[in-house]
Amino acid sequence: MREKLIIALAAAAAILLAYDLYQIFLVIPDDVAQGYMYRIIYFHVPAAWIGMIGFFAAMTLSVLYLAGGNFKYDSLAASIVEVSLVFSTVNLVTGSIWGRVQWGIWWTWDYRLTSQLVCVLTFAGYLMMRRAIDEPTLRARLSAALTIFGSFNVVIVWKSIEWYRNQHPGPVISFRTGGGKMDPGMEHMLFLNFFALLVVAAALTLVRTRQESTAREIDSLRRAAHV
Amino acid sequence: MEARNFTFMFYGFLAAWLIVLLYVVSLARRGARLRKELEDVKQLVASGQKS
Repeated sequence: MREKLIIALAAAAAILLAYDLYQIFLVIPDDVAQGYMYRIIYFHVPAAWIGMIGFFAAMTLSVLYLAGGNFKYDSLAASIVEVSLVFSTVNLVTGSIWGRVQWGIWWTWDYRLTSQLVCVLTFAGYLMMRRAIDEPTLRARLSAALTIFGSFNVVIVWKSIEWYRNQHPGPVISFRTGGGKMDPGMEHMLFLNFFALLVVAAALTLVRTRQESTAREIDSLRRAAHV
Repeated sequence: MEARNFTFMFYGFLAAWLIVLLYVVSLARRGARLRKELEDVKQLVASGQKS
């Protein structure tokens, strides 16, 4: 069942992305100020959203794990964190390339950039910690605690462009500004590509969750063999 | 400016897809390693039960 769902999601993602890439490169007009370059936002912004949504979902699952002790929540949280980390890295790298053209620099210690980097490093540390601890209960508890702690930083990442005016552009999406900052056609495309990348993230999470199940099965077989 | 814009946009998309692709490859390799490990452990358990 899960296998079929993964294949269906991958196929849906391929179709959606093919349509989106066609629209992004051949239909949507250039930005007046930035020319071609602005098209990076169609990956940069959705990648950031997927990362943030994922970290919050992982936080919810971590709370559920701490409340009930069900290891399935821990496995799902770990899978989501890993995929979210990939998309957050895409966000940082594409942002840096965009900044090189628009600002003339690859990086600056701006509030948004720095808080996002801290977020990525925190969750990279989370994955390293999980590899370092063999005992499942201790690993799950510490992972849950770190996810909850790391998720507070996600709020800072999200709000940083409202709280502080720095190098990074302020909010432009209509659900944050009330509209008027971004062309509706461009914004529509942004949401479409967000949806396509969300489907990619869901497929990757399902694959990763299946691997976590296999790892648990190996662990339980080993334990049973030693008893 | 236009050509430079296009080049950097290409770098941006290339980097984004490369990161996702590297992750997919790492997932596939990890999956294959886990499947092999599961088979090995199952065989080990089965041989232990027989003896």
